[in-house]
Amino acid sequence: MEKVSKKDNFLKGIWKENPLFVTVLGTCPALATTKTIEAAIGMGVLFIIVLICSNVLVSLLRKLIPEEIRTPAYIVIIASFVTVVKMFTNAFLPELYSTLGVFISLIVVNCIVLGRAESYASNHGVFDSFLDALGMGIGYMIALLSISLIREVIGTGAITFGKIFTFLPALSLPILKGSGFDYSISIFATPVGAFIVFGLILATIAFIENRRKEKAEFKTRMLKNSSQAQMEDKK
Amino acid sequence: MNYFISFLLAIVTGMLIDNVVLSRFYGICPFLGVSKRVQSSVGMGIAVTFVIVLATCVCWPLYTYILVPAGIPFMDTVAYILVIASLVQFVALIIKKYSPTLYRNLGIYLPLITTNCAVLGVVQGNTDQAMEFLPSLANAIGTSLGFLLVIFIFACVRNRLDAMNVPKALKGTPIALITAALMSLAFMGLMGIVG
Repeated sequence: MEKVSKKDNFLKGIWKENPLFVTVLGTCPALATTKTIEAAIGMGVLFIIVLICSNVLVSLLRKLIPEEIRTPAYIVIIASFVTVVKMFTNAFLPELYSTLGVFISLIVVNCIVLGRAESYASNHGVFDSFLDALGMGIGYMIALLSISLIREVIGTGAITFGKIFTFLPALSLPILKGSGFDYSISIFATPVGAFIVFGLILATIAFIENRRKEKAEFKTRMLKNSSQAQMEDKK
Repeated sequence: MNYFISFLLAIVTGMLIDNVVLSRFYGICPFLGVSKRVQSSVGMGIAVTFVIVLATCVCWPLYTYILVPAGIPFMDTVAYILVIASLVQFVALIIKKYSPTLYRNLGIYLPLITTNCAVLGVVQGNTDQAMEFLPSLANAIGTSLGFLLVIFIFACVRNRLDAMNVPKALKGTPIALITAALMSLAFMGLMGIVG
């Protein structure tokens, strides 16, 4: 196995192996809970908690769980943490609970959590698994935030705080609207907008990656050409 | 008769107006992953339909007659996911016995039904909203038929898309998502049917 530094292990989830934008896993909550920024933050935080807890526990138990019943065992571990998180949310943040609704329970079947448990935590140490989960969770949260930022700003024309996190002061920052004008496009707040925004973000990432690849190819070709030219000069 | 009509209405609502994939966002992963070939997408849709309806039939009594009287309704998610996982195994065995070709085509996607949000989402949603048994069943049937319909249409569209000259950056998932957006827009137009 190749040795990966702790820093790379943490950072890979944020850009290089971003669970939502690169491997396109866990798309359901990414589309459903990104109507407002607050909902996306809430979902992201709950997701990070579940991912870290389950990854650490799976890593602790990795030598005890027999190979044959691995997947059911992991699912039960994840489902228990989701239940705990769900009860805490219901007790302390009822607005968040009612906004996210069934999607809190659906963290159980989020492919990312099970995927990390299967592919990483089941054969790595506790601290490594913790870092992996933290990186993946933050990467997922950044992805949710970027989708929700675009959707909320274009869909409602403003950024609103204090609706779901009631402990914050109510605050509304108008961006695309003001006295006498309103440039918001309400379709971005509907499911249609979710699909479009997600699709366009993926396309942008693919565009940047293609550009980078083309540049690298161009560079190697130039090097080859120049070395060939030198060879011919020598002849 | 009245019961029958409301049952049918609930099915139509779940199928067309409040479509699982396009407006409730359940089951996007198989929607994007499987729907490249028409035949396997239909097979997947039927398998999911079967699992959702069966899971509702098992989980609703489980919740009402076992978890609630025992005083542990908060264990619902854990119980449901176990039921669903075993049902999926069961369905996989049946398909393997009666249609080996379909089994080979679906391949790795069969175990993935367990992690299809649509199944857990429908079952959990039914008990969260404290629905009666018949409305739950109608919701399950409507939802899964909606899934079948959308995954079939989408597979047909993607078959055509393969032959099209799509900009390089949009190839693959991005264009699929934008197609889904257009389909979602079309389904929004059906909202007026049941009022």
